[in-house]
Amino acid sequence: MKAYIRGIGQISPQQTFAGDFLENVVAYNTNMMFCIDPVYKEFINPLQLRRMSRTLRMGVTAAKICLLDSGIEMPDAVITGTGFGCIEDTEKFLLAMLNNNEQQLTPTAFMQSTHNTISGQVAIMLKCKEYNSTYVNRGFSFETALLDSLMLIEEGNAHKVLLGGFDENSVNLHVTTERLGHWKKEKINSLQLLESKTPGTISGEGATFFMLTDKEDENNYALLKGFSTLYKPEDEKEVKLHVSDFLKRNNLSAGDIDLVVYGLNGDVRTDDVYYHLRDNLFNQTAGAYFKHLCGDYYTSSAFALWLSANAIKKQVIPESVRLGKAPSGVLKNILIVNHYRDINYSFMLVSQC
Amino acid sequence: MSERIAITGLGIISAIGDNVQQNLISLRAKRSGIGQIKYLETIHKGNLPIAEVKHNDEELLKLAGITDDTGYTRTALLGMIAAKEAFDNSGAKKGDGIRTALISATTVGGMGSTEKFYLDYINPEKTGDFVKYIDSHDCGDSAEKIADNLGIKDFITSINTACSSSANALMLGARLIKHGIVDRVVAGGVDALTKFTINGFNTLMILDKEYCKPFDKNRTGLTLGEGSGFVVLESLEAAQKAGKQIYCELTGYANTCDAYHQTASSPEGAGAFLSMSNALALSRLKIEDIDYVNVHGTATQINDLSEGNAMIKFFGNKVPKFSSTKGYTGHTLGAAGGIEAVFSALSIQNNIIFPNLNFKDKMDEFDLVPVTDLIENAGVRNVLSNSFGFGGNNTSLLFSKA
Repeated sequence: MKAYIRGIGQISPQQTFAGDFLENVVAYNTNMMFCIDPVYKEFINPLQLRRMSRTLRMGVTAAKICLLDSGIEMPDAVITGTGFGCIEDTEKFLLAMLNNNEQQLTPTAFMQSTHNTISGQVAIMLKCKEYNSTYVNRGFSFETALLDSLMLIEEGNAHKVLLGGFDENSVNLHVTTERLGHWKKEKINSLQLLESKTPGTISGEGATFFMLTDKEDENNYALLKGFSTLYKPEDEKEVKLHVSDFLKRNNLSAGDIDLVVYGLNGDVRTDDVYYHLRDNLFNQTAGAYFKHLCGDYYTSSAFALWLSANAIKKQVIPESVRLGKAPSGVLKNILIVNHYRDINYSFMLVSQC
Repeated sequence: MSERIAITGLGIISAIGDNVQQNLISLRAKRSGIGQIKYLETIHKGNLPIAEVKHNDEELLKLAGITDDTGYTRTALLGMIAAKEAFDNSGAKKGDGIRTALISATTVGGMGSTEKFYLDYINPEKTGDFVKYIDSHDCGDSAEKIADNLGIKDFITSINTACSSSANALMLGARLIKHGIVDRVVAGGVDALTKFTINGFNTLMILDKEYCKPFDKNRTGLTLGEGSGFVVLESLEAAQKAGKQIYCELTGYANTCDAYHQTASSPEGAGAFLSMSNALALSRLKIEDIDYVNVHGTATQINDLSEGNAMIKFFGNKVPKFSSTKGYTGHTLGAAGGIEAVFSALSIQNNIIFPNLNFKDKMDEFDLVPVTDLIENAGVRNVLSNSFGFGGNNTSLLFSKA
């Protein structure tokens, strides 16, 4: 199963929506990251915009940027992944309901609270009556959306799929999940994420859309060549074995990989598996990381795919994401290794077209 | 890619019973699960009927076999009960080495627990036992708990396309098998009743103050329900070789989008027509082979009009026997597609068609009358099951006698 990446649109805590490629990165000091907003009214008419929550604006705009970037007006399918869905509208309706004892409620927030709101809105905007789905399983949300896209293309039921991953941060969400030890107790500079060596990470968000297609084209960013997931591995050895098998299935060995993008999030409890892979399988291979730029969230692997596709196309690895030495030579194959809290592991192989 | 998909296991818990057998008895006896609110704490108690599973959370913990409550939501428990029944029913054994996927669907996940404790969650001063539910809010929690309970590791995901969610779970499951990604799939969905959903649908003014009346001229809205329905999917060839019981075949499926409005269906049912057409095309059956349609039939003004128009456009003047089973179970949202997949399989296995409860007068807009009494020896070979949701998500599944 494979597909070309034709277009991308991404809104993130960095400047990523106007062709920039992490030349100037933004640091955060609150352990909480929020997206940098584009001028939304350039993409969405003001009447609609007023009713839209933040995540809906971000998602719909990222999808529009992706469509423009790809030069494809009408996809054959819209598929999204999101761990938490539309947090702002969910919180709004929930709080109104709890604070007003289930009275005097209005429907807009409820209507826009379901996880498939963005895929539905994008379909309405495009009048796209084709396949439409939304996956909502933690660190497998974007991953299943990606798999579904690849399957549709392989089935011949779609030639161009609009694939999205999005999650929204909120202060209440951060405060709530802080109780579970997800976030660092001490405030850190986000750009020094890996230096802290303490438990917890920093929270983030983002909306990323890709146009996947089965057609070769000089404008394609990269070829998405392989994909795999792993659920609750026993130990680091199982992960390493899984990666080796994954590469073998794609007729590659560790030496063929020019860059490994690790989902390192600075949590001393769960980062070891990445270092184990690096030291035991990829000790000769250049590395990169990204969660210091977007924070950790369920669909952050979409940020990694954005990073990898751009690196292949531009043949550049921005300095801000490098882990150790810079790679030499042509960037042909990039492996993304990501996990969400040691539960949901995913592996993506991104190659030169 | 030509592989055929069999359904080899069924599991369900709903307002009309805790398992497949009890549900079938209630369906045959025209016994509705709708009643006054008993378990859910809400100001709507006494005013709005709903279709609750007839157990409190403590009893569900027992039914699910949980002795150590580390934060099981009502959603997770309902899902675990139904998925376990389907898994066991198919003859599957934990750790039997067959590559297995768990695909669950839910619209509000652990909202039932979140809404009880949310004001405590967001107040850092508060501490207590409630903390164990924080991590169960998202939709993936119930899927992972169901998978862990059954020892499923090979593939896990959750879907939320609103009320078509679990029909999409079956569709994805069939495709995973055809692509050779796994060999067996436990697919379905679950939703527990919450204040969030009741109040949400109430603000949309689409809840009937009486029992819902699908396809009736005087219908005024839906009745919410809760529950879970799961099936086990396997390759037909492999299941036959292994001599497994086969309830039916999943011969057709299609997912389309109305692309009309965030919450309302288009009056002409464009997406619904497409999903039925595409499901039939995939099955390679003829339209006259469809003997029964288990309609989405929520009993809202707009759904039944839209779905009826789509059926007329699709079937012409030969609309087959049809009924909505939502008068029994209420509208179980993310679980509806799974529950109705189980009902469709039971319809084929037992050669019966279930009645559409509470129907009196046909709608003015068309000449469609649902089945209102149980039909035995109904000659059911192929059943079409529709599930439509917010966001314009439409999915149709086609089940056939194997």
